[in-house]
Amino acid sequence: MSEAAGATAASVPSDSESALPPAPPPGAPLLEIKGLKKHFPLTQGVVFKRTVGHVRAVDGVDLTLRRGETLGLVGESGCGKSTVSKLLVALEKPTAGEILYKGRDVAKMGGRALKQYRREVQIIFQDPYASLNPRMTVGDIVAEGWSVHADIAPRKGRLQRTQELMDRVGLNPDFVNRYPHQFSGGQRQRIGIARALALQPEIIVCDEPVSALDVSVQAQVVNLLEDLQDDFGLSYLFIAHDLSVVRHISDRVAVMYLGSVVEEGTDAQVYGSPSHPYTQALLSSVPLHEPALRGQKDRILLQGDVPSPANPPSGCRFRTRCWKAQDICAVEPPALVDRGQGHPSACHFAEARTVVPVDVD
Amino acid sequence: MTAEPVPLRPVRPRWRETLGLLVRNKVALGAALVLLAIIVVAVFDRAFAPQSANAQDIADRLQAPSWSHPFGTDNLGRDILSRVIIGASVSLKVGFLSVGLALVVGTLLGLLAGYYGGWVDDVLMRLMDMLFAFPAVLLAIAILAIRGPGTSNTIIAIAVVYVPIFARVTRASVLGVREEVYVRASRSVGASDFRLLTRHVLPNAAPPIIVQTSVSLAFAVLAEAALSFLGLGTQPPNPSWGLMLAEGREFIGLAWWLAFFPGMAIVVTVLCFNLLGDGLRDVLDPRQRTLMAGGGR
Repeated sequence: MSEAAGATAASVPSDSESALPPAPPPGAPLLEIKGLKKHFPLTQGVVFKRTVGHVRAVDGVDLTLRRGETLGLVGESGCGKSTVSKLLVALEKPTAGEILYKGRDVAKMGGRALKQYRREVQIIFQDPYASLNPRMTVGDIVAEGWSVHADIAPRKGRLQRTQELMDRVGLNPDFVNRYPHQFSGGQRQRIGIARALALQPEIIVCDEPVSALDVSVQAQVVNLLEDLQDDFGLSYLFIAHDLSVVRHISDRVAVMYLGSVVEEGTDAQVYGSPSHPYTQALLSSVPLHEPALRGQKDRILLQGDVPSPANPPSGCRFRTRCWKAQDICAVEPPALVDRGQGHPSACHFAEARTVVPVDVD
Repeated sequence: MTAEPVPLRPVRPRWRETLGLLVRNKVALGAALVLLAIIVVAVFDRAFAPQSANAQDIADRLQAPSWSHPFGTDNLGRDILSRVIIGASVSLKVGFLSVGLALVVGTLLGLLAGYYGGWVDDVLMRLMDMLFAFPAVLLAIAILAIRGPGTSNTIIAIAVVYVPIFARVTRASVLGVREEVYVRASRSVGASDFRLLTRHVLPNAAPPIIVQTSVSLAFAVLAEAALSFLGLGTQPPNPSWGLMLAEGREFIGLAWWLAFFPGMAIVVTVLCFNLLGDGLRDVLDPRQRTLMAGGGR
């Protein structure tokens, strides 16, 4: 293994007066999200802007990411997944709620602590074509973090370490002076991964990292992410709308609908015995690759469209499209708690239902 | 792995590669050489000029181009070639300095307005709108009327007129670049605003600014001509291209060479600025660069 890879991401930063405490042992909570909300104001008027409403992109999300695990976050387009990722890497400020990293609230961090946080929590973006500066060489892109966090790599050895990182993510180190447009989509995503790895992070937020790639390349990138997790002890928050990819990589899965989490559990729980109607409908929409099993699939067709996040339904967000909805659903929002299925589900009438036949693999 | 990119030539320092590509672009190279020649002539004008700019010979006035006066003589019998050469320094000085000043100030203001948005944007852009609201020449006349005529005041006046143009062009370009994912990516690494602006936003917002610069250089030479024509720029009998053009206008039916040669000097200079600007914009873009290096244009 190369030298860069040898310096594990999990190691305590060499800076003894580090602004953040060292990482907890594997399996302990590293990042806790509590009641996270992000509302974007809708304004009218040119000179005198007045707020006429809010888009509730994220509206009360609770999640816990343990050290060394992969937490999958699934949901359809516009459910707030990407806003969660932006909040996590401090590109947006939450409206309410808190993100606790190693016990400290990210929104209250400033200066050194925030700098340290940004170093320890990195992000891989969805679009590998837009996320790399077309006027910088690959070497400069990967090494950029080191000019901000100079203590990680001394100036002299930076070229060598950049090339080691490129080698580690499966890129030819000789391409260090090339520009992003000279690479394919999969290779560009590897550049993005190398950029995130360069800072030796604890957590990498993967915001749909493979959805812009060819299916054949998706598998390579997902496998690379898994290898890197084993080598560096990384924790991933893996955001995607592709259920099979999430199932493949995740230890635990959370399902989002219209700004909040509706069901959470291990991948076996969520995929094997989903108890929230939305999860069941979502799973039933996935095409099966095994022709023999196709007849056994329980097909659920939802009525209507996703309501506007600017004007969400009262009570349960899903009630407008739910076949189980009763009067209570319009009045009382269901909490995300264990309702006897062994994992939390935000439905008043939660019951396990095997939608997709479980293929033993 | 997916398809490997084409192999690259051995690594060379980037500025040398840039220079190499610029040299391979024949049009840009030609423009650069002509500009260089014009600048050399302008700097050492006394050495190149066959006569003093203001040496009159009334007996020889309005002579057509000949061996003794290649560009002919004007209505006071002054050698036009000498006046074009000596006038070059004033015209180029006004062009370079006024556009340089407008470029620096305008780009900075546009960068701040576009990047920070909010009240910074509102305040800066309303100020620019106020400058924009005046017709350009009227604004320049007002500034020169307050500060008095002269070369340095002409430079300031033209710069003030051009600042809002650069600010607007830069702001528009920055607004697009600011939202790019790579800017967010760099911020998530912890980069400072300064770093984001200088490494990511400005380089990617630059192409329209480069084009605007080469266009403005052309217009600045003409603006100096207009102000001199109105008696506020270069003061007679000292020559500048614009002033000569204006003076020659009266005799255009009688002696075309009075206006033709200073006019040609302006045309050639402006054309070279534009061609060089286009070449620079292409060479500085890595995507174009690969095409050029591969295609050997």
